[in-house]
Amino acid sequence: MKVLVPVKRVVDANVKVRVNADNTSIDTANLKMAINPFCEIAVEEAVRLKEAGSASEVIVMSIGPKASQEQLRTALALGADRAIHILTDEDLVPLSVAKLIHAVQKKEQVDLVILGKQSIDSDNNQTGQMLAAIGKMPQATFASEIKMNADQLTVTREVDGGLQTLMLPLPAVVTADLRLNEPRYAKLPNIMKAKRKPLETLTPADFDVTLKSHQTVLKVTPPAERSAGVMVSSVEELVEKLKNEAKVI
Amino acid sequence: MAILVLAEHDNASLKLDTAKVVACGQAIGGDIDVLVIGHNCNDAVSSAQQLNGVRKVLVADAAVYANGLAENTADVVTDVAADYEHVLAAASSHGKDVLPRVAALLDVNQLSEVIAVVSSDTFVRPIYAGSALATVQSLDDKKVMTVRSSAFDAVASDGSAELVTLTQEVAPQVEFISQSLTVSERPELGNASVIVSGGRAMGNSENFGILEQLADKLGGALGASRAAVDAGFVPNDLQVGQTGKIVAPDLYIAVGISGAIQHLAGMKDSKVIVAINKDPEAPIFQVADYGLEADLFEAVPQLLELL
Ligand SMILES: Cc1cc2nc3c(=O)[nH]c(=O)nc-3n(C[C@H](O)[C@H](O)[C@H](O)COP(=O)(O)OP(=O)(O)OC[C@H]3O[C@@H](n4cnc5c(N)ncnc54)[C@H](O)[C@@H]3O)c2cc1C
Repeated sequence: MKVLVPVKRVVDANVKVRVNADNTSIDTANLKMAINPFCEIAVEEAVRLKEAGSASEVIVMSIGPKASQEQLRTALALGADRAIHILTDEDLVPLSVAKLIHAVQKKEQVDLVILGKQSIDSDNNQTGQMLAAIGKMPQATFASEIKMNADQLTVTREVDGGLQTLMLPLPAVVTADLRLNEPRYAKLPNIMKAKRKPLETLTPADFDVTLKSHQTVLKVTPPAERSAGVMVSSVEELVEKLKNEAKVI
Repeated sequence: MAILVLAEHDNASLKLDTAKVVACGQAIGGDIDVLVIGHNCNDAVSSAQQLNGVRKVLVADAAVYANGLAENTADVVTDVAADYEHVLAAASSHGKDVLPRVAALLDVNQLSEVIAVVSSDTFVRPIYAGSALATVQSLDDKKVMTVRSSAFDAVASDGSAELVTLTQEVAPQVEFISQSLTVSERPELGNASVIVSGGRAMGNSENFGILEQLADKLGGALGASRAAVDAGFVPNDLQVGQTGKIVAPDLYIAVGISGAIQHLAGMKDSKVIVAINKDPEAPIFQVADYGLEADLFEAVPQLLELL
């Protein structure tokens, strides 16, 4: 069974971002970039499936600018076997991304696609579900546990009320939540080895997909700041303020 | 122009989220119909009929829909969507599971977590964990979007919408194995007017007991940071934040939580925020209306006594 893991290059989760001067986007110049944390969890899970003998090959892919190859190399250092880069400087919406992933899945005859549940930049939480729809595949989103037995996939999902467990036939799509695993740190020899692993570069035009324009971002603005509050000196003062000033208790 | 709202329910009852998404529909303007997909969901259906401003309630009731699985649900929504210009659902785990699938089947993109309506094709949504707000115009002929329910006030329950029974049935693709839902007498996080949240500093699940007592005294819900959930102190459904639940109660009490941006993303729209932390530099104090620099194991028991 081949496993495909799409990964996205995003601003590192620890960096505080700012809206640019003309309110059109986020100023990402010179910020530390990283593999989206949920994508990293997805890569780790795929590598574990291979280590357990359930997967034969782990392919990672990324759609984005040339620099996305850094994140592909990171994924290769974590244990993926080879990488596919679809080079584009356009900021594609999830539907277009899902169409390209589906094209790769078909070409590579992949049975299981594991994606991060959302990217921490656009916070869309759509791509996996869209891929499943396009490929008429079953989906298990927000996974906190994956078990593979023969051709049956059992997935536990984090849902609003607790946990839900589903059994899916392959091919299928799984999206990773935070508690699926804790990704390993890439060791230096693996980082070196990753440099020699195959990385193929393609463009959207290499695939038979029609990408459309779906939306226009009219402006990007900072959210309203909360005005600074006060420090209270005791629990008594806190209770007094909550009762008489804020009137919330 | 008509708007379809996918109901949020557990068959037995309709969730308040639905009334909030209907409010978003009213902000867009047009006839609003609610679609209930489930099994033996009569009570949810009659609550939906009472929602103010709803024209019709469409019902697909069959055993295959009992567990709200995305594949079956999305197929029905996509069928019904033919007659609508907008398709809305709550940005709940169910809405997030189903709606992108619907969007892809309709060959349109989705707008996630809409918090404000500018016009019938232009909406505001947070990006980068709420560090910025994007105003986005949809160019698609159908607008499919999940709605952040904490950003809208529920419509009243004084209506009497017409009932329409749907008959399409779809073949199941996925086998439902089991569900373990957290049982709690406390209000749901999303609709509680008071939330008491604990972080890594709680140390273990026994210690969360004092926060449970505090929540119960205030008639509130219990929440947690990711660190507290990851450490296994409390179940996953209590996580508040960018990738957990987004809440906006009247009172949010953060206890032993540092205030990472991912946590703030889930609670900074609360009306009043209280932070109890022993580190005066903790970023949570920057968003707190009332900050108390104290050891939580002294402050919380004191608080319990004074309330
Ligand atoms: C992709 C991604 C998604 C994430 N999503 C979320 C999310 O949805 N929700 C979320 O919460 N986090 C999320 N996080 C994690 C987030 O970045 C923080 O790591 C997390 O919120 C920290 O939790 P905490 O505040 O409980 O722990 P810490 O940051 O460790 O803070 C503990 C606090 O307790 C205080 N303290 C210690 N002892 C005491 C005491 N005795 N009395 C009083 N105070 C004390 C300390 O001063 C400290 O401020 C996410 C991270 C990533 C990378």
